[in-house]
Amino acid sequence: MRDVAIIATAQTKHVRSATTVNEVELIQPVIQEVIERSGVARHDFDFTCSGSSDYLAGQPFSFVMTLDAVGAWPPISESHVEMDGAWALYEAWVKIQTGHADTALVYSYGKSSPGDLPRVLSRMTDPYYEAPLWPTSVDIAALQARAAIQAGVTSEQAMADIAYRSRTSAAANPFAQLTTSAQPLALMDEEYLADPLRRHDCAPVTDGGVAIVLAAGDKARSLCSRPAWIRGIDHRADGHHLNFRDLTTSPSVRIAAEKAGVANGPIEIAELHTCFTHHEPILRSALGLADDVEVNPSGGPLAANPMMAAGLIRMVEVANRIHSGDVSRGVAHATGGHALQHNLIAVLEGEG
Amino acid sequence: MPEEATTSGEEDVLRAPLVLEYPFKRTTGPVIGAFLTALREGRFIGIEDDQGKVLCPPVEYDPASGASLTKLVPVGSEGEVLFWSWNQSVRDGQPLDHPFAWAMVKLDGADTPMMHAVDAPHEVMVTGLRVRAKFAEERIGSMDDLLCFEPVS
Repeated sequence: MRDVAIIATAQTKHVRSATTVNEVELIQPVIQEVIERSGVARHDFDFTCSGSSDYLAGQPFSFVMTLDAVGAWPPISESHVEMDGAWALYEAWVKIQTGHADTALVYSYGKSSPGDLPRVLSRMTDPYYEAPLWPTSVDIAALQARAAIQAGVTSEQAMADIAYRSRTSAAANPFAQLTTSAQPLALMDEEYLADPLRRHDCAPVTDGGVAIVLAAGDKARSLCSRPAWIRGIDHRADGHHLNFRDLTTSPSVRIAAEKAGVANGPIEIAELHTCFTHHEPILRSALGLADDVEVNPSGGPLAANPMMAAGLIRMVEVANRIHSGDVSRGVAHATGGHALQHNLIAVLEGEG
Repeated sequence: MPEEATTSGEEDVLRAPLVLEYPFKRTTGPVIGAFLTALREGRFIGIEDDQGKVLCPPVEYDPASGASLTKLVPVGSEGEVLFWSWNQSVRDGQPLDHPFAWAMVKLDGADTPMMHAVDAPHEVMVTGLRVRAKFAEERIGSMDDLLCFEPVS
């Protein structure tokens, strides 16, 4: 295997509604910033890969227009995934592993504000049995939360504690959208949004984007004083049908964590793609994290949840703390689909 | 003088409706088609997986092993709520036009639950609740033939 590292990152200030900018205007400054930080010249990237969704943009092949933010002339080697940017990073990592690239630019973005996001996400369900019912992402998450509470995996109080911790942690994150929270006991007094979920249990609707630069081996060492090496990366999916899954556990995370080597050393921080509070205990358990592992010091998706970017941002947050020397080893998780269906796990490490 | 385009303020932003659709037609095949045909007749069928468990609604392939499944079996129209959530803000296209519970309902004779709506007051909803299918009067062989589940009184 080739050594591959994240050598530079950038992200937007995440907001509820970036009404006055289109997707190109949203992501272009972030791409510019990450290119400048990386030290790689704009036309020297061997590969470019992005993640976004036509269902959010409201038009087919919407990613093509965003290539204007990269500059695709003279022609570049480029690809796109209709998935969170964490999977665009995975594709770029594979490209580098196969020897077809030494550097890659990866970015992803989403503007969820123009539509009714929970309803848009109902289109991810099985088209025969589930999609005709139009269950929203919140409806499905509420079912999963009930199952998890019944199974003793979490409780409404524990979920309020997670919401409080996440949003107060985000006060130190200049890019976060929600950075304050009432005390957990006060949160418990609020009305249900979708019993057993209250509003604080749900990640906000967010517009935003993120970009990273990957480089291999000595190229990474020459460009970055402390690269965040991807020591393991793997993604697995549970079945599509919600009714055949045990929603209180995550077999796909457990397998991906094993393949990525999460347990091969101590984990200092974990950035988890928790779109709902009850996801955290399910993921903690499936990852086998020790009780003292700090989860989502950035605030996580509960503090800023740009669709298609929130997973890649988890890798950025771990990488930033490795770049700065604050930590030496962390795990990043990204998810796609309903109720943690598809999961990507990456182990990042600093050297020395 | 043509008006100059601007992005300076919210009031200047052009807006267009976002029409959400999934404009593809699919064939239902021998298993899902059989389930929908049974719904038209006001009854349920499931399918045995390679461990002999009955999956309802049925699928063509074993979710665990991927084995091809063919043995369709009848399943009851009453069942039990395994877990549920409350839907206070009903959206277009959902089974009912007033607040209802989403539930995983395990029908009698099935080993797996199906997700659907339960039409019952919030305070009645409880895990273990016995429910019965309510079918549409005019049925055409689609998921819409099953309106919802109701508590067994």
